[in-house]
Amino acid sequence: MSFATAMARLGGQSISVDSVEASSIVKGETLADTIRVVSGYADAIVLRHPKEGAARLASEFATVPVINAGDGAGQHPSQTLLDLYTIRQSMPVDGIDVGLLGDLRYGRTAHSLALALSLYGVTLHTIAPVGLEMPANIALELRERGMEVVEHPNVEEAIRELDVLYVTRIQRERFPDSASYYNVASSYRITTDLLDGVKERLMILHPLPRAGEIDPAVDRTPYARYFEQARNGVPIRMALLHEVMK
Amino acid sequence: MSAKDPSRGLLVSPIKNGTVIDHITAGEALNVLRILGITGSTRECLSIATNVESKRMRKKDIVKIENRELRTEEVDRIALLAPQAKINIIRNYKVVEKKGVEIPEVIRGVVRCPNPGCITNTDEPVESTFEVLDKGLHCLYCDWLIKDDIANHII
Repeated sequence: MSFATAMARLGGQSISVDSVEASSIVKGETLADTIRVVSGYADAIVLRHPKEGAARLASEFATVPVINAGDGAGQHPSQTLLDLYTIRQSMPVDGIDVGLLGDLRYGRTAHSLALALSLYGVTLHTIAPVGLEMPANIALELRERGMEVVEHPNVEEAIRELDVLYVTRIQRERFPDSASYYNVASSYRITTDLLDGVKERLMILHPLPRAGEIDPAVDRTPYARYFEQARNGVPIRMALLHEVMK
Repeated sequence: MSAKDPSRGLLVSPIKNGTVIDHITAGEALNVLRILGITGSTRECLSIATNVESKRMRKKDIVKIENRELRTEEVDRIALLAPQAKINIIRNYKVVEKKGVEIPEVIRGVVRCPNPGCITNTDEPVESTFEVLDKGLHCLYCDWLIKDDIANHII
């Protein structure tokens, strides 16, 4: 939706293929063919796809620029640009302490943000349920880039050190049953009680939508910056679209 | 037993035309054949010796393939499993070309990405593509890193 809004604000139009059912994909068309066809209809393609590497594949078959708007559990680079922009509006990104909380294994926003933050001398604090930790290849890459990565068993241990707490959704489908999901999800919930003694400049971010990870009471605190973050998605995506089509 | 010690008999007889892959890492001969796409159902006449003594490597494997001269891109795939391998092209019982293997920068269509969510594991018209790094094979589509057991992922 934010890409469509961005395109409209730039004075352009967008054609949306919102569901697989609405497209030729349901008839068995490959992504490669869809991309070749849509290349003839549009000046740029914004792709969100459930498979990792889909955008890279699309860029090989497209004759117009392709923007990755999320590929499976892979990457979400435009989200990262707006995350960095939101942080930078409040503080310099260099040298800060950033906590990543939630599903760090499948959460593509966390992967892209962690890799981007490794360029800024940031100390990364990871807080993830067992089984949903950062994938080994990304953790290795971060350490090879010289990033300090500190793992915490719970958010209480880390939150007072943080300048930014980036919360991600713990997806229900990653758990075998509802009970185990609720057990884990409730232990990773941010409440106002947790915010006692945090740094004054702490900002809580979330790529949204949320599913109970942040108590709505937190919305009224000065730390809650996720709606402002979502708003920033429009100018960032306007800039991206302009950049690839100018 | 040494492969070159005639007093104790030859493990495998010389071939007239084809390719001899020598100095294969001990135990990797069958995987080398897999990586070349040579299976039990192919027509090539094969001789395989495993764990034979070697001065340089202590133990090594040897593969002889009759009537087939390996192309450079085939040879380089072998480097993933047997970086010390030496390739001898044989014509009329004589070695006409001898070369080492070079680890390619990128390998296509040789190794399957272990990530089930990778776009290369779908019906899309793309080959798996990995860049070869010191730390392992890096999928250029989904960024998965294969650190060990490369043989298990050969297509």
